[in-house]
Amino acid sequence: MEILCLGLSHHTAPIDLREKFAIAESEAPAVATQLLAAPGVSEALVVSTCNRVEFYVAAEQAAQGFAAVNEFLTTRLAEPPGSAFFQLPTAGAIRHLFRVVSGLDSMVLGETEILGQVKKAYAAASAGKTTAKHLNKLFQRAFNVAKDVRTNTNITRGAVSVGSAAVELAEKFGRLSTSHVMILGAGETCELTAGALAARGVRSIFVANRSYDRAAALAEKMKGKAIHFEEWPNEFHNIDILIGSTAAPHHVVTAAQLAPIMRTRQDRPLFCIDLAVPRDIEPAVNNIEGVYLYDIDDLQARADQSMNVRKQELVICEQMIERHAVEFGEWLAGGWTQAGVRYSEAVSGGQS
Amino acid sequence: MDRLLLVIATFCFLFGFAYTMHALGARVYKPSRLNFFAILTGFAGQTGFLYLRGQADGRCPLTSLFEVLIFLSWSMVLFYLLIGSAYRLSLLGAFTSPLAFVIQVAALLLVSDTPMKATRPPNGWLELHAAISVVAYGAFALACVAGTMYLAQERQLKSHNIHSIFYRLPPIRDLAVANNRLIFVGFLLLTVGLGAGFMLGGIFTHSAITAWSVGVWFLYGFILTAEWRHRISPRRVAWLSVAAFSVLLLTLGGLNFIAQKGAL
Repeated sequence: MEILCLGLSHHTAPIDLREKFAIAESEAPAVATQLLAAPGVSEALVVSTCNRVEFYVAAEQAAQGFAAVNEFLTTRLAEPPGSAFFQLPTAGAIRHLFRVVSGLDSMVLGETEILGQVKKAYAAASAGKTTAKHLNKLFQRAFNVAKDVRTNTNITRGAVSVGSAAVELAEKFGRLSTSHVMILGAGETCELTAGALAARGVRSIFVANRSYDRAAALAEKMKGKAIHFEEWPNEFHNIDILIGSTAAPHHVVTAAQLAPIMRTRQDRPLFCIDLAVPRDIEPAVNNIEGVYLYDIDDLQARADQSMNVRKQELVICEQMIERHAVEFGEWLAGGWTQAGVRYSEAVSGGQS
Repeated sequence: MDRLLLVIATFCFLFGFAYTMHALGARVYKPSRLNFFAILTGFAGQTGFLYLRGQADGRCPLTSLFEVLIFLSWSMVLFYLLIGSAYRLSLLGAFTSPLAFVIQVAALLLVSDTPMKATRPPNGWLELHAAISVVAYGAFALACVAGTMYLAQERQLKSHNIHSIFYRLPPIRDLAVANNRLIFVGFLLLTVGLGAGFMLGGIFTHSAITAWSVGVWFLYGFILTAEWRHRISPRRVAWLSVAAFSVLLLTLGGLNFIAQKGAL
């Protein structure tokens, strides 16, 4: 039995091409069923996300499997799939799936969202009864491999974007569930960062902007409270995290402003995130006891550092995946006894 | 037999410390049962030692500096076991283990294990005073550990240089709270211990140890009052917590010399 993978991903195709071939989640089981009608194909599964469209099939012969998918794509688009599509025979297909679910093939190395997406695709195919012994075994093994890689390496460790780096740092100051956030300005990065904090369950969010309407719109999105820009110092006593992202050409928050406020709240540290260029928060505030200032370069540096850690882990991850892929290939080729002993070994052991 | 238990306990703390440092260094630290059980086994060894010594001495095993140090280490580990998991400060164990290890190695290698000849028959109030006071010092020891963790974390956050070893340190606000609560608990216990001492009357109130204990009480009382009145920042509380316990530990030797002149 051959297990094959045919598809395209962000490595091989630009977004306009990926869009063209994308298959809606609801459509995937029907597509898989359609592939099963091809001669020699006994199992099929479709994984379609914004970064990849991949067809996994089990067929008696590799040529039959590839032909089935190619024919489907040609019929669907009225043109051949083209060079953006890769075709992986058994060993490559197994290794590829293990890499995909472990986040090694993702746009952001080590991201974990793909695992959920593949699990969903597998659940849909399983419910549609388009998978059987071979693909069931392959995908269940793939989920175990992903768990093994994530647990035993640092491939998912650390924040790799400015927003997630800010959230990760915020957690070093206090529990987010008890933290109050104030946003000055309403820039896009600011919105992303505040959104990431809101998603982690911060206690409350205040939004102050020169345009009150924009503040109100952002506050509504974040389920926070909009305040007039000139009122922000009045609300400041209870704030744990301050995010600056205004378009002001000068410092909006200065050390002279913060120093007296901090004297009245010495037991609560203040984490300042300055995402604005030119900067909103005077760098000297970092010299005030209890105030910790990070600007966009600091956060980017942390994100880069985490990405470097992940890249360093890549070799270990690849070795783990290789080991699992070889084991699975052996199972597929010869089969294993239930006790986990290869049939070939069990047979030879019995004869000797 | 009792010293063997102590040596086993000491190795357990060394193991707990080494294991955590290795896990942190490899950046795969997770609160581990292995580490917790190492500390728990060490605690059992300490408890066994103190029980056997108590049986042999016929009184609370606080008759020498050696025993005081072990009792202090036991108290600190006791507080860790009580609060470490309750406040999700599992990493506190990683910092408690080395301090327990150092105190016990110092006791085993540097301090003479010769129980002091009792000059008086066992006295309930005196033993209560001594035991509770040393348990209070255990709370101060763990506050020192939490303070050290706070300072390490705070320094990294301020300098924007977060080292992988300390990547999993708890939030500084949690560490500040733990530090304050431990100082508060220690202060309460020391108050009870001193109260029990004053019940003794003359044999207690005129000793140099009393002056020393009252000095410690005032020192921690000052830290608490200043903190409550928001006069000092958590960072300064952490510094004071570390400094106060260092002074306490360093003066224990002198205290022992005074004790040999005839207290317990």
